[in-house]
Amino acid sequence: MRKGYAFIAIGALLLLFGSYRGLFVAPPEQFMRDVQRIMYVHVPTAWNWMLAVIFTCICAVAFLLRNNMKWDSRLEAGLEVSTVFGFLLCCQGSIWAKPTWGVWWDWDPRLTTTAVLLLATLGILALRSFVEDPTKRAIWSSVATIIASVDLPIVYFSVKWWNSLHQEQSTPQTVSSPFHLPLRVNAFGVLFLMIGFIMLRTRIAAARLERELAEPPVRIGEEAGELA
Amino acid sequence: MIAALRKELLLQWRTRGQFMAVFVFGAATLLLFSFGIGPDASALRTFSAGFLWLGLLLSSTLTLAESFHAEMENRALEGLLLLPSNPRSLYYAKAIANWLQLTILGIALIPIMVVLYDAGTTRLPTLLLVIALGTAGLSAPGTLYAAMTAQIKAKQTLLPLLLFPLIVPALLASVKATSLVILGDPMGQARPWIILLLAFDLIYWSLCGLLYGRVVED
Repeated sequence: MRKGYAFIAIGALLLLFGSYRGLFVAPPEQFMRDVQRIMYVHVPTAWNWMLAVIFTCICAVAFLLRNNMKWDSRLEAGLEVSTVFGFLLCCQGSIWAKPTWGVWWDWDPRLTTTAVLLLATLGILALRSFVEDPTKRAIWSSVATIIASVDLPIVYFSVKWWNSLHQEQSTPQTVSSPFHLPLRVNAFGVLFLMIGFIMLRTRIAAARLERELAEPPVRIGEEAGELA
Repeated sequence: MIAALRKELLLQWRTRGQFMAVFVFGAATLLLFSFGIGPDASALRTFSAGFLWLGLLLSSTLTLAESFHAEMENRALEGLLLLPSNPRSLYYAKAIANWLQLTILGIALIPIMVVLYDAGTTRLPTLLLVIALGTAGLSAPGTLYAAMTAQIKAKQTLLPLLLFPLIVPALLASVKATSLVILGDPMGQARPWIILLLAFDLIYWSLCGLLYGRVVED
């Protein structure tokens, strides 16, 4: 429990420092000027979103192989965190795209794939909320997660064939050196935040599961009533 | 598996009234789409492939959601699973039956599309191939999700919610290939889309069969 909060605190500090450097110290970009500064949160969010998605897939596969409910709690945490990150990613991307491309949204493979995955994780979360049996819920959401993650590369390539405009991914190799420090610091900041969120959310899921699996308390009066 | 397939087909034959209802639903959707963009004949023709597939997709959720209806009554699914057969063969029987039904539905909707949108084509075999492959892409994951959602209350809402994001590539490829067939394809571009559809079908027909056993186990 403490560890989760510690990760979040470290992540918030790193993010504060990195964003300060990104907003006030790093020079503005040659063509996009200050609009480009959203990269310092957008790109780290994108990387960590991918990590969260991979983590979720691993949890789903691990659950189906091991049948251990702790993987289900982790799956739930991973699903929720990747949904939040995917949503953030779409919002940040739109905020950046409007002044740069002139549109809020574009049918580019990366955008579309993110949106499709966002909808898919929302669907799986909705499925989870409707299934009361914990074992069935765990199996079904693992199966749905695996099916959705197999879909991602296909969505990506099919949309790529269909249409394209997004610029190349920004990595420390593709941006010049004054941008490196804030980008790296923020990447780790978001990473720590994500780990903290997943840890705390896993604990909540595990606690709920424990309550669900526990025998319901039987009161003597009710038992007698049932017999009569 | 042959016996299971026979059971599915017999069941579908006996509930053919429901198929008619789904067909009317699909035809009504095609009619409604044209109100969405107005009586512009050339625009209607341009978008006819998209309308056909959206109509088919919307109708397919009805077909798929109902496809486990018989199994859910009197806990018949548990009885079927007790038989000395593989749950996988039950899945494939159900998926093939759904696929056939959706293909027939797609073929039945073609004349409606031709009449409403003036979107005729001479390349009928290619169109039929695209419809067969596209509906195969709908029915493989659709049957698996239907097996899950049939057991819960909000099945009519949840099935599309789970299925729609998943079949984006299949829908995209089907619409592209169909519209190339209808509007003419001088560059031979329909072929890669058909190959993409085929790949999607292969992946999901094998993956869903593999996972089905876990979905219905107790």
